[in-house]
Amino acid sequence: MKKSERSVFRRLIENDGVQTLLASLLCILGGLLIGYIVLLIIEPSAAWGSITAVVKNFLRYPASLQGKYLGQTVVRTVPLLLCALSVLFAYKVGMFNIGAAGQYVIGACATLYCAIALKLPWIVCLLAGAAAGALLGAVSGVLKTLCNVNVVISGIMLNWISLYFTNNLLSRNGIKRPTGPETIQLINANPKALLPTLGIDRLFGEKSAGIAIPLALVIAVLVWVVLNKTKFGYELRATGNNPNAAKYAGMKENRNIVLTMVIAGALAGLGASLFFLTGLVDWETSISSVPDMGFNGIAVAFLGGLSPLGSILSAFFIQHITSGGGGVDLRFYSSQISSLISSLIIFLCAFVGFFKLAIQNRIRRNDEKKAAAQANGSGKGGEGK
Amino acid sequence: MDNTPYAIEMLNITKRFPGIIANDNVTLRLRRGEIHALLGENGAGKSTLMSVLFGLYQPEEGVIKKDGKEVQIRDPNDANDLGIGMVHQHFKLVECFTVLDNIILGVEPTDKAGFLKKDEARKKVLELSERYGLKVDPDAVVEDISVGMQQRTEILKMLYRDNEILIFDEPTAVLTPQEIEELLKIMKNLAAEGKSILFISHKLNEIMSVADRCSILRKGKYIGTVDIAKTDKAELSRMMVGRDVEFVVHKEPSKPGDTVLEVSGMTVASKVHRNNAVKNVSFRVRAGEIVCVAGIDGNGQSELVYGISGLEPLVSGSLKLCGQDITRAPIRRRSLAGMSHIPEDRHKHGLVLDYTLEDNIVLQRYFEPEFTKMGFLRRKNIRAYAERLIEQYDVRSGQGPATVARSMSGGNQQKAIIAREIDKDPQLLIAVQPTRGLDVGAIEYIHSQIVAQRDAGKAVLLVSLELDEVMNVSDRILVMYEGEIVGEFDPKKTTVEELGLYMAGAKRMEVGR
Repeated sequence: MKKSERSVFRRLIENDGVQTLLASLLCILGGLLIGYIVLLIIEPSAAWGSITAVVKNFLRYPASLQGKYLGQTVVRTVPLLLCALSVLFAYKVGMFNIGAAGQYVIGACATLYCAIALKLPWIVCLLAGAAAGALLGAVSGVLKTLCNVNVVISGIMLNWISLYFTNNLLSRNGIKRPTGPETIQLINANPKALLPTLGIDRLFGEKSAGIAIPLALVIAVLVWVVLNKTKFGYELRATGNNPNAAKYAGMKENRNIVLTMVIAGALAGLGASLFFLTGLVDWETSISSVPDMGFNGIAVAFLGGLSPLGSILSAFFIQHITSGGGGVDLRFYSSQISSLISSLIIFLCAFVGFFKLAIQNRIRRNDEKKAAAQANGSGKGGEGK
Repeated sequence: MDNTPYAIEMLNITKRFPGIIANDNVTLRLRRGEIHALLGENGAGKSTLMSVLFGLYQPEEGVIKKDGKEVQIRDPNDANDLGIGMVHQHFKLVECFTVLDNIILGVEPTDKAGFLKKDEARKKVLELSERYGLKVDPDAVVEDISVGMQQRTEILKMLYRDNEILIFDEPTAVLTPQEIEELLKIMKNLAAEGKSILFISHKLNEIMSVADRCSILRKGKYIGTVDIAKTDKAELSRMMVGRDVEFVVHKEPSKPGDTVLEVSGMTVASKVHRNNAVKNVSFRVRAGEIVCVAGIDGNGQSELVYGISGLEPLVSGSLKLCGQDITRAPIRRRSLAGMSHIPEDRHKHGLVLDYTLEDNIVLQRYFEPEFTKMGFLRRKNIRAYAERLIEQYDVRSGQGPATVARSMSGGNQQKAIIAREIDKDPQLLIAVQPTRGLDVGAIEYIHSQIVAQRDAGKAVLLVSLELDEVMNVSDRILVMYEGEIVGEFDPKKTTVEELGLYMAGAKRMEVGR
């Protein structure tokens, strides 16, 4: 009886997914703990209240408003998830798509230009965003295959190029508000461009919540299916794991690399479309740094164990604490402190692999000890095996 | 010799891992000044035993004695203090440092202010290299020198530290025949100077030629220790494998049929230097024969195969497979036209190490309708196919088809590749050093598979650096030297010595088509 219980536990702990989940939870706890210590050092009296506010996020509001703030968190989760999918898709093929940030920016640019300047309907804007991201990804992919330029280098360059291009284009008359740095609100400029809500807005009590949410989930599942169940995914992962073996097996590695970057770029670009077409926020043409959505996508992908499905959970969590960061007590802490705490957790997320290894080592050491103890217990005389 | 005291004694060592006993009551006694071979198949427990001697593992039972006194070896530093040194199979050298810097690394002589006193070190190194006949250039940078010289650097590292007990872990695996010869001479020198040497190997010829005694492990168990003077290869291999091993490959005379592969005037560029690696080579391989390309490593054999298999483009010349021109065909088309390729480097080309065994087994066929339908992989069919091949070719692994290839032993990885390439039912089988790094049992199996392919009417192109293999397996021998084919031989009418002359470039004949 006891033995079978043990084996269920063993099977659970030896499962790769369970190990990833455990490691991720450890990272989160570590990040929160260090964040709490920082708060304690700055101002002990308000530290507990602030750290709980970060963890609670929407739950710190009265019940009637919780749905609305939950809705906003979910709406912001969508682009984060898409950027994470972009990063992990390229990662499986052996490339580090730090350019997801730029692909996201150029996606926003194309989407908003189509929506505000050209007054096109939402579906066209959506596809334009994906296409723009794909194009930028293709540039990185082609540079990699033709000139052997590392996608990290080309990605970082293209991030800045896309940012300034976007700021320039969206600052034009008729796109930017005359009174401020933001683009004109979609509801005024072109209501057809707003994503359909399918009643999801009423569910949350938040008007920006809509079709983007189920769409993002479907895309995550699709990415998982493509990577794990199809011939295309088999080729891509082989190319990522061992390009020489892929070539030896007659796969077209160059085509696969470009195609991967196109898909990764399209995912990031689509993330921007699915965010800006909700009307929750507008593009700020005065920003001078690349939005961190793409970079956070890297953290989300790793926290999610580089699995599309794990990324759904980790994207929501990261967005949850980022939004929750707004709840720290601003009488004692500067407003940047919320970013600091979420950054700490995101930073710790890079250690998922490390914690996973630690868990595996622990299991192994336990096994060795047990084997030794068993051998000693069963007598040293007859080892017939 | 029989009365020489023991330098190191490992008595009744038992080391367990979950599920297996890696060393089961193993005893190894090394006499002062002897060369003691440690023989065993892959996975017999040789590495575990050495790790115990180095303090990397603590044994559950047994004691270690140095010069008759019991010692505790808790970590590699303890081993170092006891004068135990090791040349690893994969060298542990800093590539961008000079030979001298590598030798003194970690024990740098310094003056009081902390400045290096390299002159002193250089003197000692030169003295040592003179005394033991270890030719090295102390100022050469490691990445520029030959593998043989890198190995001599590793040996000097041990001598510089005044190690008395020298362990050589499969030292000949990376060397050319000439370098092997030289290394064996060096080992004899070292022993004559009073060093005690443990020689880990599964090459029986080398053990027979240098060792004084040999201890044999099989599946973690200690089988026995024999005097080399009183034994022969057959007995050693019987003790190692547990049954009689055939050294001679049994095969009928070949009955060559139509030409399968026709290479005309092929030239392939080199990746490492400006000259072409393969120069205007022409030959043909017919159905039902094994043509073997012999030569010293680095004479263009690798590039020859890259050119034929499509991994590298040709500079000039043409290729025909079964009458079809494949000079510029992509790799996939060559494969579909009937070419199978057991690559030289199974980790670089042969396997996706992080893929499961089943995914590696379909690496050349995953796109066929049996395994892919509407773009989706047919997992059930892949599993069934993999299970059949695993059974048929006796590929052993922890979790069957779901085992990650990285975790499998080298021999079984190679068997998986061979299963995959042979089961494709090719017209032409290219096998490049198919038995490299494998033990006697696996080599025997692989040779029999290659001969079986020939007997089934396939054309086989075998590239090998092992002259035994060349003489035993082939029906026709082509010798390659500096990118050219300099001789063609019938293995029954030639000798190893004659081949050696051609391989070293001392003789050549005009080989027509």
